[in-house]
Amino acid sequence: MATTIGSDAAVARRGRGKSTPPPGTPPARRRASAAGRRRPLGRSRLPYLLLLPALVLELGVHIVPMAVGAWMSLREMTQFHIQSWSTAPFAGLRNYRATLDLDTATGRELLHSFWVTVAFTVASVALSWLLGLAAGVFLQRPFRGRALLRTLFLTPYALPVYAAVITWTFLFQRDNGLVNQVLDSIGLAGHRPFWLIGGNSFAAILVVSVWRQWPFAFLCIMAALQNIPGELYEAAYLDGAGFFQRLRHVTLPMLRPMNQVLILVLFLWTFNDFNTPYILFGGSAPRQADLISIHIYESSFHTWNFGQGSAMSVTLLLFLLMVSVVYLLVTNRRVRPDA
Amino acid sequence: MRRRRFATIAAAALLVPALAACGKSSDTGAAAPKTLTYWASNQGASLEFDKKVLQPELDKFKQQTGITVNVEVVPWSDLLNRLLTAATTRKGPDVVNIGNTWSASMQATGAFIPFDDATLQAVGGKDRFVPAALASAGAAGKPATAVPLYSLAYALYYNKRMFADAGISSPPATWEQLVADGKKLTNGKQWGLAVEGANVSENAHHAFTFSQQFGGQWFDAAGNPTFATPQNVAAVKRYIDLMATDKIVNPGNAEYAQNQSVSDFANHKAAMLLWQAVGSSLKAQNMGPDEYGVTPVPFLASPPSGGRHIDSMVAGINIAVFKHTRNREAALQFVKFMTSDAEQVILNRTYGSLPSVKTVEDNAAFAAPEQKAIQQVLSTTAAPLPQVPEESQFETLVGTAMKELFADAANGKAITDDAVRQKLSQAQQQVTK
Repeated sequence: MATTIGSDAAVARRGRGKSTPPPGTPPARRRASAAGRRRPLGRSRLPYLLLLPALVLELGVHIVPMAVGAWMSLREMTQFHIQSWSTAPFAGLRNYRATLDLDTATGRELLHSFWVTVAFTVASVALSWLLGLAAGVFLQRPFRGRALLRTLFLTPYALPVYAAVITWTFLFQRDNGLVNQVLDSIGLAGHRPFWLIGGNSFAAILVVSVWRQWPFAFLCIMAALQNIPGELYEAAYLDGAGFFQRLRHVTLPMLRPMNQVLILVLFLWTFNDFNTPYILFGGSAPRQADLISIHIYESSFHTWNFGQGSAMSVTLLLFLLMVSVVYLLVTNRRVRPDA
Repeated sequence: MRRRRFATIAAAALLVPALAACGKSSDTGAAAPKTLTYWASNQGASLEFDKKVLQPELDKFKQQTGITVNVEVVPWSDLLNRLLTAATTRKGPDVVNIGNTWSASMQATGAFIPFDDATLQAVGGKDRFVPAALASAGAAGKPATAVPLYSLAYALYYNKRMFADAGISSPPATWEQLVADGKKLTNGKQWGLAVEGANVSENAHHAFTFSQQFGGQWFDAAGNPTFATPQNVAAVKRYIDLMATDKIVNPGNAEYAQNQSVSDFANHKAAMLLWQAVGSSLKAQNMGPDEYGVTPVPFLASPPSGGRHIDSMVAGINIAVFKHTRNREAALQFVKFMTSDAEQVILNRTYGSLPSVKTVEDNAAFAAPEQKAIQQVLSTTAAPLPQVPEESQFETLVGTAMKELFADAANGKAITDDAVRQKLSQAQQQVTK
């Protein structure tokens, strides 16, 4: 059996090598011809000119607001200064100290919110990925109705987030919601449980998050599955590999580069998700589902303390940056020996 | 050469709309000086209803002055954030409605035109307005940050038929009677009282009234928060206990934040409701004024020492003008129009509120029992919320703490003094001065 598995892995690696077809022109000759040809000036500037609008927008939409947020985190930005930001007194690292001081209610609540968010993110990403993988694998082979199922599965991803989540708030209402009516009708809800307040709110937000997100995982996995050569499965089959062995030794290794990116993207989106909890819980989340994005919003807007809210945001940004870098280093290190 | 020109043109074509989008100014009417943007608060049964009420009046204003007013009715759940955003960015509307309890907080931002004597003169003069209403338009000793538009107060609405069926001959005057009546009225089909447990502002308003009755204050004389005093703990606990221990409120009300309690009252799912001028909303939900009675909010039967005879805040809606407006004169003209005698009668009659100007106080339009009851409360037993810059923080922090307490009560968790004190202390620690 060990021989078979070893050969599966070898076939998978060979397959990966084959999947990047050699270009028509030998690389050495291509380099030589590119170096030998002088591009006209206008043509060499064209890509930069075309990139300029994107660059300006990126600066305007992301970079500048982030820099302003970082600047704001060093100020006492309260209601008295929102009309004239420059008058806000310099606070140094006071906002950061208040945010991270576990002896204060602010620090303790932020830490609580952080752990809730970690648990939520891990569960949501894992479930979304598993569902996406399962649906992708089962829809890999052509059969009647496959296109319809694919479309159906992608629907949540295509719906506008507000419309989708507000529908869930109606479904989850205790007295008139469909969820409790269904549970009632099949005799599972002895007393109508609350979903949007109390302990169940974590499950509710998790369900909505996975429902919204798994189609994206499905889409990516489905696309990546199309690139796995059929011969690999045939070879594995001939070697006597069953369904799960083919999944483990052919499918998953071939999906690895895509999974590496997919899981990182899902992690960042889920950790930062603001829309889902904001719409589902109406602006302030129950403690059991106090995700960090909404916690920071509340810290800024409930108390009009934008300096402290910014300090929390910058801390979150640094944390996510660190996680992303560590993740990429670890996953790249694991991939390199195989490559 | 041609390619280079093409490249430049292509890049410019892509860049121009992007830059234009970045620099697009708000619709404050920079290009069209005869246009104002007005954010109205939601006073009627729905945003659409309010738009229908306001549009003919705005058309009238245009006829009189040639100034076009573009109105947007903003739901209460969004209004404070929207105002804050407009104040921060100096973009957005020219004229806005603000809850009168936010006046001092909004005043602290410096985003609004102060209504000093000269500015008040431009909208009809200081003496025109009801003094108590004008006092709720900013911190004492400073020029008002807005002028009053609609005056309101809390009252107890009760379903006459349900009371008669339960053998109750008169509405409760004390909380103890309300609880006893509520228990008689609660059965498998209906509940004694409906509350808006997840509505942060509603919670905070009730916290204020109960605190007054228990002898508490939310801010001391220096303006520092005093949320977790024994009086305030008792006050908040008394309100939450209507659900937690008295069981006269449906636990499902802990989720309510979109006026579902009004619907429950209109649809005979609850026999009592504490609200401000809700008549027009009830009518829109097919409940006529003859079906319900309106009476002042109850008091404690035996108030503790220091307890005050207060059963409502001085509620109301003010109208304010942003400093960033490029049409200051037009904006003040519009404020004057909205506070004119004719408009005060039309708008307040429609919304069931009371006029903010003295000249039409005795108009027959405000002689209905609902308005009479509100009038009585306003003139005798209402008190303004503290006009301190941190007031809006009190509303959001204490209101949210109460929302969480309602959630705990609904889930069967015991609401102890310690639990309430802990929540209020936590809220107090978050106040930014």
